[in-house]
Amino acid sequence: MIAAIKRFSRENEFAYLFLNNRVAQIAAFIALLCVGGAALSQWIAPFNPYDIASIDLMDSLVPPVWSDGSDARFLIGTDDQGRDLLSAILYGTRLSLFVGLLSITFASVLGVSVGLMAGYFGGRFDAIVMRIADVQLSLPAILTALLIDGIARGILPQGQHESLMIIVLTIAIGLSLWVNFARTVRASTFVERNKEYVQASEIMGMHPLRIMLVQILPNIMGPILVILTVDLAVAVLLEATLSFLGVGVPPNQPSLGTLIRIGTQYMFSGEWWIVIFPSMMLIVMVVSINVLGDFLRDAFNPRLR
Amino acid sequence: MLGFILRRLLQSIFVMLAVSLIAFSLFRFVGDPVAQMVGQETSIEAQENIRERLGLNDSMITQYSRFVSNLSQGEFGFSYRTRQPVSEMILSRMPATLELGFVSLIISLLVGIPAGIYTAIKRGGVIANALLISTLVGISVPTFVIGIFLIYIFGVELGWLPTFGRGSTVQIGWWSTSFLTWEGLKSLLLPAITLGVYQLTLTMRLVRAEMQDVLKTDYIKFATARGINYRSLYLNHAFRNTMVPVVTIIGLQLGGIIAFSIVTESVFQWPGMGLLFLDSIRYVDIPVMSVYLVLIALMFVAINLLVDILYFVIDPRVRIRSSKGEVVQ
Repeated sequence: MIAAIKRFSRENEFAYLFLNNRVAQIAAFIALLCVGGAALSQWIAPFNPYDIASIDLMDSLVPPVWSDGSDARFLIGTDDQGRDLLSAILYGTRLSLFVGLLSITFASVLGVSVGLMAGYFGGRFDAIVMRIADVQLSLPAILTALLIDGIARGILPQGQHESLMIIVLTIAIGLSLWVNFARTVRASTFVERNKEYVQASEIMGMHPLRIMLVQILPNIMGPILVILTVDLAVAVLLEATLSFLGVGVPPNQPSLGTLIRIGTQYMFSGEWWIVIFPSMMLIVMVVSINVLGDFLRDAFNPRLR
Repeated sequence: MLGFILRRLLQSIFVMLAVSLIAFSLFRFVGDPVAQMVGQETSIEAQENIRERLGLNDSMITQYSRFVSNLSQGEFGFSYRTRQPVSEMILSRMPATLELGFVSLIISLLVGIPAGIYTAIKRGGVIANALLISTLVGISVPTFVIGIFLIYIFGVELGWLPTFGRGSTVQIGWWSTSFLTWEGLKSLLLPAITLGVYQLTLTMRLVRAEMQDVLKTDYIKFATARGINYRSLYLNHAFRNTMVPVVTIIGLQLGGIIAFSIVTESVFQWPGMGLLFLDSIRYVDIPVMSVYLVLIALMFVAINLLVDILYFVIDPRVRIRSSKGEVVQ
């Protein structure tokens, strides 16, 4: 097994870099742990925080097991409504990652397709799209996301707002992050489209769509993958920030940001665990994703090899 | 140079028109302005009357041009929620945000630039590495979590510093400042650090990267060989040449600081424009929202323009390139 990995790593440069980078390995392990814990939360969490029947208000604000007045059932204590904090964090991480992944998928599909077309066709479409990108880039992502969120609040009727909140949030975050993809993909496509293999495909009469997706796209996957990782961390942070500000996910489905928001209300009265543990979870997750992003950036950057 | 500035100016005007169009459509199409102003008992005729009087039945182009001319004259309309003039609301909140942003910018530059120079010079040293690792944390930890941790340590556990509001302020004309009272300064400290950390790490990483590039160049090697003392070598020869990207980042940072002040102000209940904007989103107070948007865009555009012009002053290479008609990025 190890011999096989070693042989593989000798042939595959990327695997070689990864196997020789201890920090990237640790980050990948922690990131996998977070994703795994979130994905399996339904089965590994001791309680279901959405199940109102299992929640007892008498259990509210129980401290972690190593402090006085704790309860052995709740490893790191409970929140203000008597929910087991560990379970709430696992479910919250699931929701945070879900929204983050969904919005980054939306942003990348939109940004990559726009960037491919702008880079391939050029001309007026390119000029218009890049102007829009410039305008949007002059406003920070958090402001764009807040604004889209606010507009959605105005347009949607009051009752429907809660149920559509996650979709609104996804679109808001996605629309504030597509520019990064579009600009990078456009620049790379611009370089690729003048290479001989693309010209050969054009002469063969291949459909432009097929050239873009089958010929160019695989060749520019490196930078896309880097942005995907870095912006996943940004998306998770944006979701947490919006939820913390009280304009994110609805309160009956707590994400990490919502949990932290609830926790700050109890921080002054000494119930520190409600705010500290979700914050730690968020930090650990984002740091590990960012470290992986740094690794990918170096691995795909031919100048640094 | 004049041509370049004119081109940038036109671009800025284009951006402002685009943003004001967004603000206008917000104003006009999100919710019914008349329904927001009158009670539910008002008859349809009366509503129609108001609609006519406000000019809401005119053509869209007339309405938009009136909207823009009102904005440019500082006529921002009235808030749906408080019924106050929006201009008054924003003006009363502006000093708080600007002072907070100013102090955090100073903090981020005063710490970030020396730290960046240090980590570039002492590459691989223990302190330099520790500083670099801490920047990764600075980028990964969201602003609101930094604020919460600071509140918990210095406000709750140690009890040294106030954790919300501006404390006492001194009124100078319409400007209320917290610089002149001890309590105000103490209240300013935690929010300013919270807001400054992210910018600080960005500054530090950028200065470090630029310094490393410059230190590899031939003229630095030559200067070293000539035996110039290191202080002068690093500060006069090397750092001066990193100024262009540093100025850019400072410009862009100002924008970031204003945007992230929304979050910081929410954590510390700091009565600035960001908190006002957040409330306007929560209560769908469209006039406040759209005016805030236009003001922020104006600040961004003005800062970007200023940074571009500063390029000319600082970097002679840009002057030469643009006079040859090349595109300046």
